[in-house]
Amino acid sequence: MAPVLEVRDLKKSFKDFAINNISFTLEKGYIMGFIGPNGAGKSTTIKLILNLLKKNDGEIKIFGLDNIKYEKEVKNRIGFVFDENYFYEELTVMEMKRLIASFYKNWDDRVFNKYIKEFSLPPKAKIKELSKGMKMKFSIAIALSHDAELLIMDEPTSGLDPIIRSELLDILTFLIQDENKSVFFSTHITSDLDKIADYITFINHGSIVFSCAKDDIVEKHGLVKGPKEILNADVRKHFIGIKETPYGFEGLAGDRQQVKRILGDKAIIDKPSLDDIMLYYAKEVQNV
Amino acid sequence: MNIIISNSSQEPIYEQIVKQIKNIIIRGELAENEMLPSIRSLARDLQISVITTKKAYEELEKDGYIVTVQGKGSFVAAQNKELLKEMRLKIVEEKLAEAVDAGRSIELSLEEMQKMLTILYEEE
Repeated sequence: MAPVLEVRDLKKSFKDFAINNISFTLEKGYIMGFIGPNGAGKSTTIKLILNLLKKNDGEIKIFGLDNIKYEKEVKNRIGFVFDENYFYEELTVMEMKRLIASFYKNWDDRVFNKYIKEFSLPPKAKIKELSKGMKMKFSIAIALSHDAELLIMDEPTSGLDPIIRSELLDILTFLIQDENKSVFFSTHITSDLDKIADYITFINHGSIVFSCAKDDIVEKHGLVKGPKEILNADVRKHFIGIKETPYGFEGLAGDRQQVKRILGDKAIIDKPSLDDIMLYYAKEVQNV
Repeated sequence: MNIIISNSSQEPIYEQIVKQIKNIIIRGELAENEMLPSIRSLARDLQISVITTKKAYEELEKDGYIVTVQGKGSFVAAQNKELLKEMRLKIVEEKLAEAVDAGRSIELSLEEMQKMLTILYEEE
């Protein structure tokens, strides 16, 4: 079976920034988090996937179909949510819905009304009167009301409080109870949504650092803390990045078991969070 | 049935699930042929990834605790009765040993403890 989303050797260059040979694959029924610091190329990649930007080279397949050649069919089966508000501020929730519904073949008003109720969205309120959290929920209601098989979200959680972020998490886990649905979302807040992510694709400076199962990443790496005296050149080689303070060091090791063997009980080795991993990989260049 | 996941534990999350479901089965909280929650609903309720619960179920299946039927779900495997009984006996023994330790620490005599056990046993 074809993957839901397949990106191969994707390239796009701007005057002062480029996306180099990006490749990753999302299988049906799973959630992939697309993480990286601000300006790493997350939004550019998403815009390329949705054909809102023209790629220079490479291949993007959605549901096994070329994203440009079959743009219309593919987009009917995708729901998307953007960080920025792309609705008409002066329209009401219902007016905006009517406008968007007309673009979709499988639009289902019953589903939309169900979400409106669930999210307590005021149907007669103008878009500009909605809070940031409400706008995000409105986007999600819109994105989920045409039976989309793939939900693509660009920074859906930025600027939202933990309660709404947790609600979003519930919505997503509920969505993929149907194993035919998949989710791809970008974020730079790795703490909450990534609990539920099956796969993590990490982009930095326009290149993919890794794209694999989240559990593998977290189990493989180790967050090491210890006295600076044990850091000789040989030991340093096993680290992706090291932070030294007057009182010791903290570093991210690429292979937790190996470092455990080398350092024994001279250091404390913890399970890193995705935040730790992102931090050390993003800083790598400065440390070497 | 309780499954408690610690995110700060060194133990991988799937192993935590495997261990706890095994105990649930050994204790008999889930009976033979009883259906387990689906991989996806368990992931949702524990707020962890689907891959993690999937890996846990695969492990349980490998160890013979559950059987997964394509399209139907996962079920508690028919257990080797002798083995299961032995495991349960072991649990009883452990709990009794705990009680004996607790009794000894306040210098209860064997007789006093036997009396207590008799009362408790006949209570139901």
